Amino acid sequence: MTAEILVECAHITCAYDSTVAVHDAHVTIHRGDFVGIVGPSGSGKTTLLKAILGAVKPVEGHVTKKPGLRMGYVPQVESVDWNFPVTVLEVVAMTRTTGRFFPRISQEERTEALEVLERLGLGGLEHRHIRELSGGQQQRVFVARALFHKPELLVLDEPTSGVDVRTRHEVLHLLADLHDDGVSIALTTHDLNGLAAHLPRLVCMNTSVVADGAPIDVLNSDVLEKTYGAPMEVLIHGGMPIVLDNGGITWHAALVNWVRLESNDCWNS
Amino acid sequence: MIAGILDPYRYDFFTNGVLVATIAGALCGLLGVFVVLRGMSYIGHGLSHAVFGGAAASAVMGLNYFVGAGIWGVTSGVIIGRIARRRLIGADAAIGVVTTASFAMGLALLNRYGQAKKSIEAVLFGSVLGVQTVDIIAVSLVAIATAVIVFGLYRHLLFATFDPEVAQVSGVSVAWVEALLMGMLSLTILVTMRVIGTLLISALLVIPASVARMLTNSFSRMLWISPLIGATSAFIGMNLAYHLDTSASATIILVGTLQFIIVYAVSGLRGRSRIAHIHHV
Repeated sequence: MTAEILVECAHITCAYDSTVAVHDAHVTIHRGDFVGIVGPSGSGKTTLLKAILGAVKPVEGHVTKKPGLRMGYVPQVESVDWNFPVTVLEVVAMTRTTGRFFPRISQEERTEALEVLERLGLGGLEHRHIRELSGGQQQRVFVARALFHKPELLVLDEPTSGVDVRTRHEVLHLLADLHDDGVSIALTTHDLNGLAAHLPRLVCMNTSVVADGAPIDVLNSDVLEKTYGAPMEVLIHGGMPIVLDNGGITWHAALVNWVRLESNDCWNS
Repeated sequence: MIAGILDPYRYDFFTNGVLVATIAGALCGLLGVFVVLRGMSYIGHGLSHAVFGGAAASAVMGLNYFVGAGIWGVTSGVIIGRIARRRLIGADAAIGVVTTASFAMGLALLNRYGQAKKSIEAVLFGSVLGVQTVDIIAVSLVAIATAVIVFGLYRHLLFATFDPEVAQVSGVSVAWVEALLMGMLSLTILVTMRVIGTLLISALLVIPASVARMLTNSFSRMLWISPLIGATSAFIGMNLAYHLDTSASATIILVGTLQFIIVYAVSGLRGRSRIAHIHHV
């Protein structure tokens, strides 16, 4: 039986002034999906994500959502103003605006927010300023804010961009746990080997959708050349694709990369 | 000594001046939190200059000040928005062009039809000791309305200020929130300009919020610390100005600046001692 459709982007085209960012893209997200959108800079993956969220209106085609769908959005941490005067608890609670008219956080909200923070390993940090946290903790605060909204679909823009290997590891584990708990997830990423290859489903974008399927099916030289416009080789190791950038990666570097992946792999562990 | 301190309160003009300056200090301090955190310091400064054009035009045409300056201020805001949206030039350049043009037009009108020198001084420094009852009522009403809106729509304003993109997709109308903030800012400038002048408005929109920012890492605490600093700066400044026989606006700004310097120095020392403590540990 096919899972319920949460969002369907039916042949959408999105443009900024006269520049087309997404052309005739057809992507469907079902309940239980864990999908990564990959592609080079300017390929339209973030625009597709924003169309899913409703922040960008397509000029052609349409986006249909399950009625009453609750979505949580985690932006790129690089876009956050870390000097803004907010504590962890204030960040998590700010998302609940309906019927809330005063600064005070109710006891019920506080209990709920602390539960979410505890679940994400941020217990005891609720009164800290957001700048005082580590990279992984900062990313998790914004996931906590999205979860406080009780989303059926969690949408993340480049969740591992600009983070170190350890933080990427933490984020991967966290997303895997949330997916196991029944949260559907859609994210964009540049990180083919560190993140995308570990996901159950990938959408390769280069303005249009080049391929949509499991990493083992879509991460091949033909699709990657159409997506990135450059030749790339793919090694298969233990049933998992490893992408090599022919433009600069030597076999020695590829081996080092492979060893690193082996030691950091958390998805299949 | 106490009798000396209370001496100026024998005069109604002084009592009214202290009252309106203190309310204006609190009002600008409250709105200043958003002005500073949204990086809008320049627009506050620019709008106060733009309103001058409207004030001059209404004086020349014999129109009511609030009507003329109000229409002019809203028109300037709309023109800035339109120019900025076309993206040919940045929003800061659009503000610079429109507000200086408006200020220059006001100046030219007064050169041609009025007493420019006197009016410019009044616009820059205000006339806090020539406060009329209508000014007290106008400033008080705008202060009450602003406080109700800021505390009533606290989470909408916080969310839209901290993270406008996520706020928008989470159901907050960011455009509406921004229009509301611009409206409150314009109204504040409109009712306070004649009394405290454009220089003091710009200072009171920026200094108290900047001091509050250095004192706390919490947005909700900033919302009461900043108005408190604005109000105390205005109150102390007004009293000092009387006893030192200096300009009220200039003294208020200097009191605010002194608080800024003290807090800045103390936060620097605190930061250094924290780092030293970490090294020690």
